[in-house]
This record gives sequence, C-alpha cells and structure tokens, in this order.
Amino acid sequence: MWGFYIEQLMHSLPFFLKGLWMTIAVSGISLVVGTLLGFLWGIIRSSQNRILKALVGAWVDIIRGTPFLVQVFIIFFILPEFGIQLEAFPAAVIALTNLAACFICEIVVAGIQAVPWGQREAAISTGLNWYQQLRNVIMPQAMRVILPPLVGQYVLLIKDSSVVSAIGVVDVTRVGWLTVQRVPQGLLVFGLVALLYFIICYPLIQLSNSLEKRMSSGYSRGKV
Amino acid sequence: MLETFNFRVIFEYLPLFWSCFLATLWLSAAGLFGALVTGTLACSMRIGRRKLIAIVAGAYIESIRSTPLLVQLFFFYFGLPSLGIRLSEAATGILALALNSGAYMAEIIRAGIQSIAHGQVEAAVASGLNYFQRMRHIILPQAIGVTLPPMLGQAIVLVKDSALLSLISLPELTRAGQIMTSERFMPAEGFLTSAVFYLLIYYVLKWMTAWSRKRLIYMQA
Repeated sequence: MWGFYIEQLMHSLPFFLKGLWMTIAVSGISLVVGTLLGFLWGIIRSSQNRILKALVGAWVDIIRGTPFLVQVFIIFFILPEFGIQLEAFPAAVIALTNLAACFICEIVVAGIQAVPWGQREAAISTGLNWYQQLRNVIMPQAMRVILPPLVGQYVLLIKDSSVVSAIGVVDVTRVGWLTVQRVPQGLLVFGLVALLYFIICYPLIQLSNSLEKRMSSGYSRGKV
Repeated sequence: MLETFNFRVIFEYLPLFWSCFLATLWLSAAGLFGALVTGTLACSMRIGRRKLIAIVAGAYIESIRSTPLLVQLFFFYFGLPSLGIRLSEAATGILALALNSGAYMAEIIRAGIQSIAHGQVEAAVASGLNYFQRMRHIILPQAIGVTLPPMLGQAIVLVKDSALLSLISLPELTRAGQIMTSERFMPAEGFLTSAVFYLLIYYVLKWMTAWSRKRLIYMQA
C-alpha cells in the first residue's frame, strides 16, 4: 500500500527538486539583496538624521507588525493598481527582500548599540571621518554581535519563503500541495517537503549556534 | 493609482472584519495556551535525566525549528485524515500553531532556567528555605523576568503566523481580505484593512513587551 505511493513519489522527485531550486532561488536572491538593504537601513537608524531614522523606523515597525502572507498579497494585488504588472516570482522576491531587510535592520541596530560609546568617541577624537569610524571601528566590533542572529534570521526567512506558494510560485511547498492532489498521502508528501527544508535549515541552525558560542567566548566586557 | 480606493465598502465589510478579528484573537490565544503547555512539557523532557526522552524532545524541537509552519500545517491538514484522524479546520490550525510555537517556547523556558545561577539555589538551600519558598522567592521572580519578554515576542510571531490558517480556509483576518477580494475584487481595501487590525494587536503586544522589560527583573538570556 505505502510502497505504491512511495514509488509514485519517487517518480515525481524531479518535480520536487525543481521546486527546491525555486525555493533556493527566491530565498537566495532575497537574502543577498535583503542583507545589503538591511545593513543600510540599520546604519541609517543608528545615525543622527532624525527624519530618515523615523521613516525607516516606522516602515520596519509596519513590516514587523503584519503577517508576511498579507504583505505578499498586498504586493501581488496592489502594485498592478499603480501600473506595475508583476509575475508571481518578482512579487515574491520583492516581498521577501523587504521582509529580510526589515528584520536584518533590527539586528544591525542592536549590534551597533552593543559597541560601547567610548569606542566612537575615541574614533572621533582620532580624527576618523564618519565612514572610517563605521568601517574600521564600529562595524568590526558590531559584527560579533550581528553574525549569530543574522544566520538565525536567514533560517526564519528561508522558512518564510514557503508562504509565497500562496500566490502561485511553484516552490517546494507548492509542489507538495500540487502532488497531494494526485497522491492522497499527506504524511508522505509533506514529510518529503519537510525533509527538503530540513536539509537546508538544520545545518544553518547549527552554524548559528556555533557562531554564538565562538563569538561570545573571549568577550571580556562582562554582561552585555 | 488608488483613486478608486473605496472606504464605503470597508465600512460595509466591517462586521465581517470584526468577527474575523475576534477569530484571530481566539485562535492565537488557543494556540498560545497550547504552545505554553507543549513548551513546558518539551523543555522539562529535554533537560531531564532520562536520555531517551531527552532525545525525543530534542528531535521534536529541532525538526519543528528546521521546517516552515506552512509545511507543518499542510502536513497535519492533509496527513491526519490519511491516518483516519478527522479534525476540524480550527482544531488542525490550533494544533499546528501550538506544536510550532511550543518548540520555540521550550527553548525560551530552557534559557530562562539556565540563566539562574546555581549559586542562587545553593544560597537559598543554605538559608534553610524549603522547595516552595525557593520557587516563590528566588527562582520564579527571576525566571519570569527573563522569560516573559521573549515569550511575548513569540506571541507576536504566533499572531502573525495565524494568518497562514487562512490557507486552509479558516475565517480569520487574512481570510476576510481574501473574501473581500473574491466578492468585490477589492484587494487593496481588503488586505490593507486586515493589516491595520494586525498592527493593532502588534502594538498592544509590543507595548506589553516593553513594559515587562522595564518592570520585571530582566537579564538577557
């Protein structure tokens, strides 16, 4: 009985791998662009410019306060009203990039805040300009605090990418949903889908944990 | 542009959004309660002395954390019937939410317990406090201070995650937006209204998090 279904599943394995590739493509592009944007916004939020700070802060709050599914629907359905016709794939990438940027922004802000103020004062009095301060003094120290939660956030974002299947992006979740219509064995089908996500996410979680151990050791500033 | 944005229709649909808002609150509260129970159980299993039970709990936590909630939801929604277990959509949704957040809760509780220095317990024993006095005066005040803020953070995540239940056609906030889209083809009005309701819940929970951080004994776990 189960053997028959497993055989059917094996036949559609290429379909699953195609879906997996789509998941990797959507999350890969979004993570790279989202990380760059997130660092930019995090640096803006830690800067002195009041107006820009407030704008970025409000936007980050709105994105963090609403479900990703609602954001995906809004981007997919509302951008056409502004005359921008989007396929499902670019809509998904835009939504996930934005989400990634907003969550990474918060991590970067926390990292920059963890650097003692005296470091910045010392950098200023050494005569470094704004960019040099950031590049040579603040960021290298902030990275120790940023890196472990950043990798953890990547895992959350890869998992969130499953939501874009709702607007018809044929990622691995969508493939599971399509397959379960033909092979009525939900446990097997979604067990396989879950396994594929597990293969990607589990090593990243372990990496995040080991980074946390490595980065916190030898940090002799006492309690943060 | 959005020159056709129609507030009148939003007012017309407001009763639907209100009942769906209550449904979201109810589903999230049930999920949160289930998550607390599951989390406490999984945590005590994981830090207990029995190796085998600890491994089972660890496997549960790791497999939940490494897979998306949507896949878990579909796993139960499509999978349980093939085992002959028939649950309503609401029960399936709450089950998925509770099991998903339970794994994160377990980690939060574990961090809370481990954050209490062992010396504190030793000092309490040496002062002659009994088990309940130790719990009441030494351990719980600190443990609650450490665990409550991240637990409220997880509650925020859970409320947002409950939006996924609309995909198994449960009537909650996101579903209300979908209904408005399919009946009137007004996605802007529908989903933006849902978003406003979600933001309402988010700001309340965020304020509670900030309050608990200020009021309670808080150390970063």
